[in-house]
Amino acid sequence: MSGSNLIERLKKKFGEKITNTNLTAIDPWIEVAPDALVDVCQHLKTDPDGKFEMLNCITGIDWFEPDPKKAAKAGFEPHTEVVYHLSSITKKHSLVIKVQLPRWKNDQPGHLPEVPTVSGIWSTANWHEREVFDLNGINFVGHPDLRRILCPEDWVGYGLRRDYEMPLEYHGMRGR
Amino acid sequence: MSTYLDDPRVVEFDVRTDEMLVNMGPQHPSTHGVLRLVLRTDGEIVSQTEPHLGYLHRCAEKIGENLTPRQWIPYTDRMDYLAAMNMNLGWSLCVEKLLGYQLPEKARHLRVIICEMGRIASHLVGMGAYGLDLGTFSPFLYAFREREKILDLFEEACGARLTYSYLTPGGVTADLPRGWIQKCEDFLTQFEPIIQEYHALLTTNSIFVKRTANIGILSPEMAIDYGCTGPVLRGSGIDYDLRRDGEERYTEMYDGYAFEVIVQKNGHYPKDHDYPAVPKEAVLGDCWHRFYVRMLEVVQSIDIVRQAFVKYSQSTGDWGTPIKLATKLPKGDAYLETEAPRGQMGFYIVSDGSTIPWRVRARSSCFCNLSVTHELCKGCLIADVPAIVGSLDIVMGEIDR
Repeated sequence: MSGSNLIERLKKKFGEKITNTNLTAIDPWIEVAPDALVDVCQHLKTDPDGKFEMLNCITGIDWFEPDPKKAAKAGFEPHTEVVYHLSSITKKHSLVIKVQLPRWKNDQPGHLPEVPTVSGIWSTANWHEREVFDLNGINFVGHPDLRRILCPEDWVGYGLRRDYEMPLEYHGMRGR
Repeated sequence: MSTYLDDPRVVEFDVRTDEMLVNMGPQHPSTHGVLRLVLRTDGEIVSQTEPHLGYLHRCAEKIGENLTPRQWIPYTDRMDYLAAMNMNLGWSLCVEKLLGYQLPEKARHLRVIICEMGRIASHLVGMGAYGLDLGTFSPFLYAFREREKILDLFEEACGARLTYSYLTPGGVTADLPRGWIQKCEDFLTQFEPIIQEYHALLTTNSIFVKRTANIGILSPEMAIDYGCTGPVLRGSGIDYDLRRDGEERYTEMYDGYAFEVIVQKNGHYPKDHDYPAVPKEAVLGDCWHRFYVRMLEVVQSIDIVRQAFVKYSQSTGDWGTPIKLATKLPKGDAYLETEAPRGQMGFYIVSDGSTIPWRVRARSSCFCNLSVTHELCKGCLIADVPAIVGSLDIVMGEIDR
């Protein structure tokens, strides 16, 4: 990463939309408000100091402890996190973007949390977002073709959520 | 009895084609595993290609959330089962990055030897299976003949021939057996001249050139946009290899090694005077170039292994101590990508401070490489689809995880 210079200019440009940064972490990261994600990503891709032309990976993390005893000790509020790993081929540096979302939209179970798609910026995001939607249950608003990619179309639930339970039966096959 | 077609409309009806949906796979031999391609065709022309994945989905990431990092090593083996050693390396380095563990020098050189041998073994399958996709059987047999010899060496080192679990966080499970390096050296001496045979069989074969040159052209911009990596990216002319340009934790393994990143520069590949010249039909970014990059990378890997022998035997210290099975992980997250034979394989580990990771993520190279298929297959012939998909050298275990 090209150091704090890029982050400082990013903070100046986007103000409060950059909600948190940690440049001393193993992989330095910035946290962005969901509504500013597309603008920040577009800026990072085109900025001559950034030139993050490659989106390496999108990860969904479910921060939720289903065990009530352990939940009391867990040092976090239940939420979902989407992590974007970017890198630059020309500049040979990388950056991590994190976006915090509620586990369910408006805290209504069954309503998927929403984050804007970045598939218009990097085409590779198309499949990555489909995978995160499939396994973590995150709705990427504006995605051209948001449907399951690894699980069958009629699969119920989102496998990588911490409270997910395997179905007892699927099309006559025993699940457990 | 002869037929007379006086009415021109009859002739027109006879040759008119309809759009058709054609299923290729999930068990079609040319799909390198269980991949289903749904093609929309008009006669012989493919207008749309839609890959369907997930037939091999084994929930590796979910399992990783229930095992300690060292216990998860066998699952990385099963992702890219043709280059399992390189998968072990990616995950080991990622865990070591989170732990802040510094590997002894000897262990680093040992890993270089093993991973570059793994790359040769993997590219041999890539080459042989690609020949099979295009209807030639002999290269497949020849490639496996050499690959078996590498597997014999691996078996001697760790006892397994496919899923090794040899490289683990903290080092390797055991040092190389006595006399192993000499055997490996003997193999390389015997293998090196054979590469010319492969070039004669495929690279310069006029049928092979006709089937692969100027087909499935991937422009450099599109390759980056779709996150394509490895030989697919370099076949499009982008000079990027994580062994040289990656993170320090990974590149320090290759410190002091002399090797060239195989990519076309100003119309020339490095050392291409030793190898068949690029045919005039070939266009940068086509199937032929992707194949050629793999073939030349094998030669580079041989060089690297030879250098590693010297460095390994000269270095002092031990071959690393595998971390304890249930080592407590520090709070935080770490992401690391390595240059696996098929492209950049990334692993991401998130820890909440316990022995078991909170989240494990595998970013697979073939997943991104395959996602560009629909662009490459636009307007090609049905017979070209296996040529294009084969040139990406995909392994479905890695895509579906």
